[in-house]
Amino acid sequence: METKEMVNIDGMMIPIEGEKNLLEMIRKADIELPTFCYHSHLSTYGACRLCICDIEGMGIQATCSIKPSAGMVVKTNTAEVRQIRKVNLELLLANHDISCPSCARSNNCKLQDLTRRLGVTKVRFKKTDKIAPIDNHSWSIIHDPNKCVLCGDCVRACKEMQAVGAIDFVNRGAKTIVGPAFNKSLNDVECVYCGQCVSVCPVGALVPKPETEEVWKAIHNPEKYVVAQLAPAVRVALGEGFGMEAGTISTGQIVAALKRMGFDQVYDTSFAADLTVVEEATEFIKRKLKNENLPQFTSCCPSWVKFAEQYYPELLPNLSTCKSPQQMFGSVAREVLPKLLNVKPENLVIVSIMPCTAKKFEAKREEFIHGGMAEVDHVLSTEGLGRMIHETGLQFNKLKPESFDLPLGFKTGAGVIFGNTGGVSEAVLRFAYEKITGETLIDTDLKMTRGLEGIRTIEMKLGSLQLRLGIAHTLSNARKVCDSIIAGEEHYDLIEIMACPGGCIAGGGQPVSFDPDFRKKRMQGLYNADKQLELHKSQDNPYVKELYQMALGEIGGHKAHELLHTHYHGRKRITDQVITIRNTQEPKIQLYVCVGTNCYMRGAQDLLKKMSQYVADNKLSDIVGFEGQEDMVDVKATFCFERCDRGPVLRVNEKVLEHATFEKAKALLDSEIKRIGLAQPVR
Amino acid sequence: MITEPNKNLRQFQQVIEIIERNNHDRARLIPILQQIQDAYRFLPPQVLTYVATALDMPVAEVYGVATFYAHFSLEAKGKYVVKVCDGTACHVKGSSKLLDALYKKLRLNPEKHTTDDMMFTIEAVSCLGACGLAPVMVVNEKVYGEVNSKRCDEIINAIVELESQPETVNE
Repeated sequence: METKEMVNIDGMMIPIEGEKNLLEMIRKADIELPTFCYHSHLSTYGACRLCICDIEGMGIQATCSIKPSAGMVVKTNTAEVRQIRKVNLELLLANHDISCPSCARSNNCKLQDLTRRLGVTKVRFKKTDKIAPIDNHSWSIIHDPNKCVLCGDCVRACKEMQAVGAIDFVNRGAKTIVGPAFNKSLNDVECVYCGQCVSVCPVGALVPKPETEEVWKAIHNPEKYVVAQLAPAVRVALGEGFGMEAGTISTGQIVAALKRMGFDQVYDTSFAADLTVVEEATEFIKRKLKNENLPQFTSCCPSWVKFAEQYYPELLPNLSTCKSPQQMFGSVAREVLPKLLNVKPENLVIVSIMPCTAKKFEAKREEFIHGGMAEVDHVLSTEGLGRMIHETGLQFNKLKPESFDLPLGFKTGAGVIFGNTGGVSEAVLRFAYEKITGETLIDTDLKMTRGLEGIRTIEMKLGSLQLRLGIAHTLSNARKVCDSIIAGEEHYDLIEIMACPGGCIAGGGQPVSFDPDFRKKRMQGLYNADKQLELHKSQDNPYVKELYQMALGEIGGHKAHELLHTHYHGRKRITDQVITIRNTQEPKIQLYVCVGTNCYMRGAQDLLKKMSQYVADNKLSDIVGFEGQEDMVDVKATFCFERCDRGPVLRVNEKVLEHATFEKAKALLDSEIKRIGLAQPVR
Repeated sequence: MITEPNKNLRQFQQVIEIIERNNHDRARLIPILQQIQDAYRFLPPQVLTYVATALDMPVAEVYGVATFYAHFSLEAKGKYVVKVCDGTACHVKGSSKLLDALYKKLRLNPEKHTTDDMMFTIEAVSCLGACGLAPVMVVNEKVYGEVNSKRCDEIINAIVELESQPETVNE
């Protein structure tokens, strides 16, 4: 028998089997050591000091930061260790805004749980912090620094997992807070609203923005006709708020609850996902045959879309122009429901229930609001709907299942697996296979698309077409894929990107789970839900076919384009940042040079340097109309005109110059000087 | 007031040079910020955004570093930064009286550090490492030891006098 290296944990001999740290070994021994700042998928931080144990010869150490080695003797529960843990927890509580009964995370809060578990009944320390302002300006996330315990989980999730870094630690020592740069709101920085910070927050410092009151108001208004659309991932997670295991499918109960709450019709976003598959796969086949704008990126994930708009404007033509299922649903519902249900368009209220915080932002994008009417009025997160059901007192577990309403409630399994990473690819392949080969796909389980690997590559042959598909989840993986494509190191035909690890099932609007396997369980739940349906291919959905006949016309046709497709634009990462480079008293001309990342990469710095020197060197006194007046030109550096794909961009008063060079910029400035100079009264 | 339209330009050109001199290296963020602070006498937020862009890193991270160190200031400081030591030795020798006298003379207080004409900034610091000369005061780079209220008055008056002389036009 092979002899294994062992660690002695409270007298038990535990074998070392490749664990990263001692904490994982202790947990393997079925001892649930308390932690705030430890997440196995993020880097180890060692901030909360709750996982401390007594290690022989090393003293008291944070076990998350210690590598296990043979012969270690660890005591997890000595008098000293218990005492230190309690004091640490007490100190965390000292400056915590203890408003548990009214907190959105009450009953699902690690701080609350550990306080009870460790038996801390009194906080001896006085509060010293002033009350900090709460940031509720974004559509997606509320940030309350008063509840923050500075574990840094959100900072690491944003930086490491999502490669965004919208928030970081600010200040030092007792004054430390977590937040965006310059105390700005999340609404004014590069936050993509994925809500992974919400998912890892152990307390209620970061929570999804509730829209529950607006929805109640609509439900209670007798004039309004309120319809719901339910996203796939919600059905395998909502039950967790009612004591169910992660991954339990509770679709029937959710529909029943929504009807009892007063929703007039309950539909399925998976129907719109089927529609998305048909449109997006058709778009893809078209592009592939023409070899145009490849690779095609999926566009269902609003965090990924915002990420691409901010960081990869040059890839925007590669994004599928298809709207996300949420928006397709809204668009189609606005088109067909008023007539079908005999409701005035202005009285139709569309509420979506999403596993996602970014969907709240997506619904408010200007592209999706037409003449003051949004395609989707309100977006509830899964946990938000959970709270609404709790409020009604409905016994969720005892509800008799009900079914979705037709026609927009009918879906195939392809529309359901959308919530998993790889799900969109699988659904698209189920369509593309039949479309390209003309054969019937018998076994619809395309297992090569499944799994939790961060970046997956699939090569396959459909008929005569050789395809290379990429699947990436988390935006740090998206970044790797994008960089490798831009560098020409990788090539793909189709790339599916989801911002959240595991896909929508682990979205920022889902109930926060402390179950280490919650992703796998929810994913399996969606695959099971697919199995429980009779149809698995979007093209087989009879109501999708009917919709095309009734309202949309041809797949990818004119009307379909009008209702189901959209466009994207370069987007600034931070608001209101202008550097005054040359400041005169009475400027007649304002020269702005964009120094945002994309323009910067295209030589904006050099352009700015040359232009400002040109302005400084050339006194305007030589020009007709400017005699005796010097220095009429102000120069400013600004961050982003949102024309990133056409950089460097420069603006002279109201005239914008794209693809600017020094020569072109000089000519534009000279012509503007001349124009204004001639307009000056002759002295 | 004499306008100086190219002052910001010179400062900004320095920023560009500083970043280039440091090879756009993220690991050199702190020296870059120190040098920029030397150019502007503080760290303007917009310039921090520019640094983040130039080093290809999140602004929040740059802001985090800039707010971590007491050495960095995100508020504009006066032309003359007066640091009054309030460490143990200086405190015992009456530095708080000195500070009060300065606040009174320049119409400042512990919340308002800089005069409206952007001439003086008063900072109470923990230790300047010259305890033998207590109480100690530093004006920009110049150290004054064994300062009393009268001496302090003279130092400030001398600066005011110097600044009120007509400036030679340097543009």
